[in-house]
Amino acid sequence: MFELRDLYQQVIVDHNKSPRNFGKLARFNHEADGYNPLCGDKLHVYLNVNDAGIIEAVSFEGEGCAISVASASLMTEALKGTPVSEFKQKFEGFQHMVTSDLDELPDEAVMGKLAVLSGVREFPSRIKCASLCWHTVKSAVEDSHKVAKTE
Amino acid sequence: MMFDIEKIRGDFPILDQKIYGKPLAYLDNAATTQKPQSVIDAISHYYQADNANVHRGVHALSERATAAYEGARKQIARFFNTRSEREVIFTRGTTESINLIASSWGHANIKAGDEILITHMEHHSNIVPWQLLCERVGATLKVVPMNEHGELIMESFDALLCERTRLVGAVHMSNALGTINPIASIIAKAHAAGAKVLIDGAQAAAHLAVDVQALDVDFYVTSAHKMYGPTGIGILIGKESILDGMPPYQGGGDMIRMVTFEKSEYNDLPYKFEAGTPHIAGAIGFGKAIEYIQGVGFEAIEAREKELLAYANAKAEAFDGLRRIGTAAHKACVLSFVLQGVHPHDLGTIVDREGVAIRAGHHCAMPVMQFFRVPATARASFSMYNTEDEVDALFAALKKAQEIFA
Ligand SMILES: Cc1ncc(COP(=O)(O)O)c(C=O)c1O
Repeated sequence: MFELRDLYQQVIVDHNKSPRNFGKLARFNHEADGYNPLCGDKLHVYLNVNDAGIIEAVSFEGEGCAISVASASLMTEALKGTPVSEFKQKFEGFQHMVTSDLDELPDEAVMGKLAVLSGVREFPSRIKCASLCWHTVKSAVEDSHKVAKTE
Repeated sequence: MMFDIEKIRGDFPILDQKIYGKPLAYLDNAATTQKPQSVIDAISHYYQADNANVHRGVHALSERATAAYEGARKQIARFFNTRSEREVIFTRGTTESINLIASSWGHANIKAGDEILITHMEHHSNIVPWQLLCERVGATLKVVPMNEHGELIMESFDALLCERTRLVGAVHMSNALGTINPIASIIAKAHAAGAKVLIDGAQAAAHLAVDVQALDVDFYVTSAHKMYGPTGIGILIGKESILDGMPPYQGGGDMIRMVTFEKSEYNDLPYKFEAGTPHIAGAIGFGKAIEYIQGVGFEAIEAREKELLAYANAKAEAFDGLRRIGTAAHKACVLSFVLQGVHPHDLGTIVDREGVAIRAGHHCAMPVMQFFRVPATARASFSMYNTEDEVDALFAALKKAQEIFA
């Protein structure tokens, strides 16, 4: 049977306790709010995209459960240095991983450390916790000025 | 009366099951209670043997359905000691009952400059309808504050109550905190100031005896599903003298006596407020649920639930890193808390894997979360069928959560 430890792996516990890239960027040119009304998770992301279209820096602030904080922390690491033009693909890759059938193993070569979050598939009510940060960056990248939701 | 917990648990078939291989400990009764076999049987009997529309057929089934539906209304009327059955209006539940009052009574009686006084611990369903009304008519919503224990500050209530106050809306028992409010005194004071009173009994009605005449309450509302009955049905109890003067809420079948294209004549109470085919099976199940509560008796229920809450409180106080949210002197059945280092949602998931069902979130009472400066709480809420073993299972699961996050 799926064990809790598969969801709350050491990586997740660690990123929750000491989130990376936490706080406001000194310089940024995109930002957005994310909110999950069901859980009350609140997130704010900052991005600095340079002239070459590369996400040079990304950070987040906010509060939420361990899954949402760890996911945001891992996401910032995964996005740093990524061309904005590749964001959509990464976003879709993540969405696919957390919503795919349980027997489909995450492609660790592509997902890297993010693969630890594939465990949320076992916990349908928690998938939104993991994906909120991605939706928030999506609205930051698109400069939509709308509070991101996971719907 | 001896409280036979084994017999009571045996009446609720759902309780006897395993979740992820662990015995289910259902501690989410404030969200909805489980249903005894008698309620389940009454509902299926209705569909198997008596199903027909009410108040309109002359055939045998329709007469049986009508008798059962109206029989439930009688039981409910007696249970809450209303003056007559005309004071019992079936609705979809607490939320619809409050919206009915806001829409019908509110529109007819609340004007620009008037005030509606509610409390800081209301469920969203007793906040939003009043905000909508205030916006529409230009009235003002005022809020009675609470203290750090989650008790209303009655001096502030006295100060806020004034000649502009048209309505006082207060929750009888808070779903987020468990606080039982002093509604008798709230009602007496509000009446002295010339205001009407609406009491939200969604949580209270399964745990405390309510006598609407002794309380002299103008409106009392509740939902069957929190009282061992089905979802989708609840009641609005109102004084006949007030209901009589209120315009209809929805128009349609059943609520009229005469319709022409020029004008319609409305039906008598309670039908004036029951447009359309009602939730007949729901009403019948509600009646059975009330019979069940009466069979156990409030004296026994209250004594048992007090004992269980005391047991849980003692464990909570001894638990490292646990902060209780809601420590009112007068409270029931709710243990709301936060655990240092573990977010309530992670707690909810972790204890679920141990078979323990609790609620994590804002409990539709966001202002309460804001007051205690927490985004959410974990909440265990008890019912008469819960046991000390289940409380132990909860605390063992909390320990496990702490270990995962250690
Ligand atoms: C205190 C309180 N009021 C109102 C409600 C709303 O009840 P319902 O959802 O049955 O309409 C609830 C239920 O969550 C409640 O606990």
